[in-house]
Amino acid sequence: MGLAMPELVRMEGIDKHFPGVHALKSVSFDLRAGEVHALMGENGAGKSTLMKCLSGVYQPDGGRILIDGAEVSLPSPKAAQDLGIGIIHQELALMADLNVAQNIWIGREPRLTFGRIDERRQNADAAAIFQGMNVAMDPRAPVSSLTIARQQMVEIAKALSYRSRVLIMDEPTAALNDSEIAELFTIIRKLRAEGVGIIYISHKMDEIKRISDRVTVMRDGAYVGTVEAAETPISRIISMMVGRELSDETVTVPDLSAAETALEVRHLSRGRELKDISFALKKGEVLGFAGLMGAGRTELARAIFGAEPPDHGEIIVHGQHVTIRTPSDAVAAGIGYLSEDRKHYGLALGMDVRANIALASMERYTDRLGRIDEPRLRDIARDYIASLKIRTPHDRQEVRLLSGGNQQKVVIAKWLLRDCDILIFDEPTRGIDVGAKAEIYRLLGDLAAEGKAIIVISSELPEILRLSHRIAVMCEGRLTGILPGGAGQEEIMALATEREGMTVQ
Amino acid sequence: MSVTEDKLAERRALRGAAQQKLLAFASLIVLVIGFSLASPNFFQVSNIMAILQAASVNGVLAVGVTLIIITGGIDLSIGTLMTFCAVMTGVVLTWLGMPLILGVVASIATGALCGLISGTFVAKMKIPPFIATLGMMLILKGLSLIVTGTKPIYFNDTPGFTLISQGSLIGAIFPAFPVPNGVLILFLVAGVTAWILSRTVLGRYTFALGSNEEAVRLSGVNTDAWKMAIYALAGGIVGIAGLLIASRLNSAQPALGLGYELEAIAAVVIGGTSLSGGRGTILGTLIGALIMSVLTNGLRVLSVAPEWQTVVTGAIIIIAVYADQLRRRAAS
Repeated sequence: MGLAMPELVRMEGIDKHFPGVHALKSVSFDLRAGEVHALMGENGAGKSTLMKCLSGVYQPDGGRILIDGAEVSLPSPKAAQDLGIGIIHQELALMADLNVAQNIWIGREPRLTFGRIDERRQNADAAAIFQGMNVAMDPRAPVSSLTIARQQMVEIAKALSYRSRVLIMDEPTAALNDSEIAELFTIIRKLRAEGVGIIYISHKMDEIKRISDRVTVMRDGAYVGTVEAAETPISRIISMMVGRELSDETVTVPDLSAAETALEVRHLSRGRELKDISFALKKGEVLGFAGLMGAGRTELARAIFGAEPPDHGEIIVHGQHVTIRTPSDAVAAGIGYLSEDRKHYGLALGMDVRANIALASMERYTDRLGRIDEPRLRDIARDYIASLKIRTPHDRQEVRLLSGGNQQKVVIAKWLLRDCDILIFDEPTRGIDVGAKAEIYRLLGDLAAEGKAIIVISSELPEILRLSHRIAVMCEGRLTGILPGGAGQEEIMALATEREGMTVQ
Repeated sequence: MSVTEDKLAERRALRGAAQQKLLAFASLIVLVIGFSLASPNFFQVSNIMAILQAASVNGVLAVGVTLIIITGGIDLSIGTLMTFCAVMTGVVLTWLGMPLILGVVASIATGALCGLISGTFVAKMKIPPFIATLGMMLILKGLSLIVTGTKPIYFNDTPGFTLISQGSLIGAIFPAFPVPNGVLILFLVAGVTAWILSRTVLGRYTFALGSNEEAVRLSGVNTDAWKMAIYALAGGIVGIAGLLIASRLNSAQPALGLGYELEAIAAVVIGGTSLSGGRGTILGTLIGALIMSVLTNGLRVLSVAPEWQTVVTGAIIIIAVYADQLRRRAAS
């Protein structure tokens, strides 16, 4: 390990300009054979741009790239592939209706006469790659039948099929659960032992510590530094990323004994996903929902919100029984849902900030003819842009051009404008960088202090502990317990893994 | 950021949409100039009026289907629906002998009702728009033939019916500009629809549905009801096209209609509206319909055989969409 291994990649003084943006400012980076080199930085720090320069998608304006010590030019992704540089994108790019082997060899199918494809050889070659990875996979399985984690393994196999010696992984664990992450790490370690150099982009600190050898941090398009992962505390890496030390704030649980109950859920059930769930939420309270992937937390949120209505159960809002069969029923009752997948379920990406903020309240700002009161909406949008500190050049900016944190704020503004006083946040900081995370946390605290009732679903325990006044834990569709804020991680994990029929002391 | 900078940035954001229309408009001007140079018969008031008149039916249909295409849907039934509306007008006016105004109401109401039915298939029954409206296309074609017994219904007993399209209200006031009523109606329909799209909730939801339907639903908007309303509005506009064509032919021709939907969709596409939804303008569609009409007329003035006119129209569609792709790529 380390210095003895030959250098695979060296990038020196890489410069890249886009109209109006200096995206990369003389950035340097190197990768050795047989190491996992983490590349970190907030969104917009330039990690992806740098990797696109290395994978031939962008051509740098200045600087040079050396592979095995020789200077190369990478005019196209194909050129990078030929030099053994493979990239696995965050959003998987597989053809769901083709099978595993067909996906791996797409464009390079072994041919027989008359243009027929040699499916047998294709399957055998794919099987050989998976064997090398120590993964059991049927090359003939349709990709649509695989979990996200298994699809990712197909992507890795595909990258390896190009005889890649450099593997770039962009947030590979974003959609994986703990056991899947462990499996992925086993594969990464095996590849590392075989001398593959891996560039690992992630926001998750614990993973960086677990898997990487060195860490390079970027900020605002510039190189900040490279450190040995094992010897560097997480707080040091974070401060390199944000340019300041983040204080480890903890939650102060307010006295809510006199507070009115905002939402009560009784015996909510749906199919096998939700089993007899009851809880109450007070005004001004932040109730965290912890649990493993597939515990049913998102399903619970969607049931309360009417996106997929429950089979049984009662929902009581401010003391009144309500019937919620559709999202519009929920919104009418003052419940807003902020999905974990903002791009698909929260925003109309091609529309501007103003229209997105108004999306849930449009009918309130129209006259009898259905005319929209645009000047009024403009003023409202500008007020929210100021009060929530949404960073956008103006209220007519398309939301797809905003960063994740600012998109999240637009969704929050949408529900605030609709007077929703019960807000369900599903993974509120997924895909949001460290600095913006702290801002979203502060905003959630402020909303609770104003008397909003808040549910936070998160797979990151530190986030749950940082935010929640009480912590509800789910496992396999059941609510296994509600703990006071500041509960220990061990207690939460015990409840999160409590199987049916078992009891926790 | 100062106020002026703010305004500038805002204007930059809006410029993309304007460029799209500009491109189509420039093509229209180039065509008109080209044909005028090629033939002295082209740029005559009578010929220009003929071009506009020819664009009116296709233009109105295209305006209607633009709404549906912006939601991310498609409507293949507009051609045969137009005919069915004309037939229902014939039933009300010629067979039942009711007054003219009821014939107008019958056509628009028939269109709106059939649009509502298509909308129900799409929104409530979750049938893909292509399939739902393909079914409606065949159903309506059959119904037109059944109701009429396959024979045309003539409007000889309804005085003034032909004036709906052929008369000229503007010509009566300004004799120098004998703009046919059909053209006036096209511009009115386009103007009102453009206003609905840009200024009203219905319009905003039309774009929002095409941009991200699930996000709109999860915002508490009753997306099914709005979608049905949009299909119904589009149907009502098709009803107006039904009146125009019946008035122009002084008859409801039950066998007509098939093929009109594709011409209308072609106009929408030439006008720069995206078939994937979320983007589009009525002005673009209007220009698209005019380009098609200018092309047909111009090639006829130049004595190009009609079979070649179709080939050229097809090529124009491909060139128009390719030009739009190039513009988008340059913009990003």
